[in-house]
Amino acid sequence: MQQIVVYTIIKLQLSVNNPVLPTIMNTVLHPAATRGHANHGWLDSHHTFSFAHYYDPERVQFGALRVLNDDIVDGGKGFGTHPHDNMEIISIPLSGDLEHKDSMGNVAVIRQNDVQIMSAGTGIYHSEYNKNPDQKVNFLQIWVYPKVRNVVPRYDQITFDPQARLNKLQQIVSPSSTDEGVMIHQDAWFHLGKFTSGFSATYDIKKAGNGVYAFVIEGNITIQGQKLGKRDGWGIWNVDQLRLSADSDSEVLLMEVPMNG
Amino acid sequence: MNSQERINILVIGRHPEIMETVLRLIHQQGWRAAGVLTDADAIDAFKSHTFDLVLMGGGVEEQSETQLRQQFERMHPGIKVIRHYGGGSGLLFAEVREALKISHNQIN
Repeated sequence: MQQIVVYTIIKLQLSVNNPVLPTIMNTVLHPAATRGHANHGWLDSHHTFSFAHYYDPERVQFGALRVLNDDIVDGGKGFGTHPHDNMEIISIPLSGDLEHKDSMGNVAVIRQNDVQIMSAGTGIYHSEYNKNPDQKVNFLQIWVYPKVRNVVPRYDQITFDPQARLNKLQQIVSPSSTDEGVMIHQDAWFHLGKFTSGFSATYDIKKAGNGVYAFVIEGNITIQGQKLGKRDGWGIWNVDQLRLSADSDSEVLLMEVPMNG
Repeated sequence: MNSQERINILVIGRHPEIMETVLRLIHQQGWRAAGVLTDADAIDAFKSHTFDLVLMGGGVEEQSETQLRQQFERMHPGIKVIRHYGGGSGLLFAEVREALKISHNQIN
């Protein structure tokens, strides 16, 4: 599979000890069409990173971000009970309803505008099924390596106001339980933005050294000069701030994660 | 002998049900695996069998992991010990491939 890595010198820092110290901005582009694809009939899945029988040693993870699956599940079908441990699992439904059951006794349905997180920690079982028998569900499943191993398993979900992301970046995941978004056991922040054509925004990196992986849910958007289309993925690190501009009505997910994950 | 016959994996975990699932997935792939739930059994298994890879997961404590890694390294220098993160078969194959750097053609 194709992977494009671009190295660009973005600025020169001058100091007494380092007269010329270049800061290298690194990027990686994963066009939508280069994702791994598995169609099991009831499940049509695109994998941005190596998953199941899709394996590309150049596309295993982006820092602590290990899995980004774009799943479409047929009505009434789903993933039977299976175990997880030591992983932060975020589910973002894009359309349809997804029913979750786990070994902690949680039974919940998540739908568009909900974000669900499960900290697998020491170990958990869960199942995920399309709640509706006659409608597909499309959701993003995202796995992030945790900052700390063997935490007590936990589950949470929040319903977000879609108006609050219109021409704004809405924080949906953060490492603090007192901050906006579902809490994650990692120095990671996720934001959703729904932009009208021509709108521009900036994103400030929350923690020095982190990178940002952008995934375009809808439309066309340019980030730091990189043009992206629907379902394209693009990662960038060694920057302090990102500049985004919508080339059409668009929706984007920004995932800031540690690069040493 | 093909590559599938050559791969022997020791799986260390704490949850019998998770262990059962992981072993089933490994066997489905055609690899061989032994699963243990305690550190003592892990050492015994490592002494009595030759493994290409150790999968550490399912709630193994940090201290146990460190001690086991040191003992395995002493007994079999260079042995690959990796963390397994569950999730059905989602990560298992990539983890094994990454650890052993097996080419796609060798496995499929």
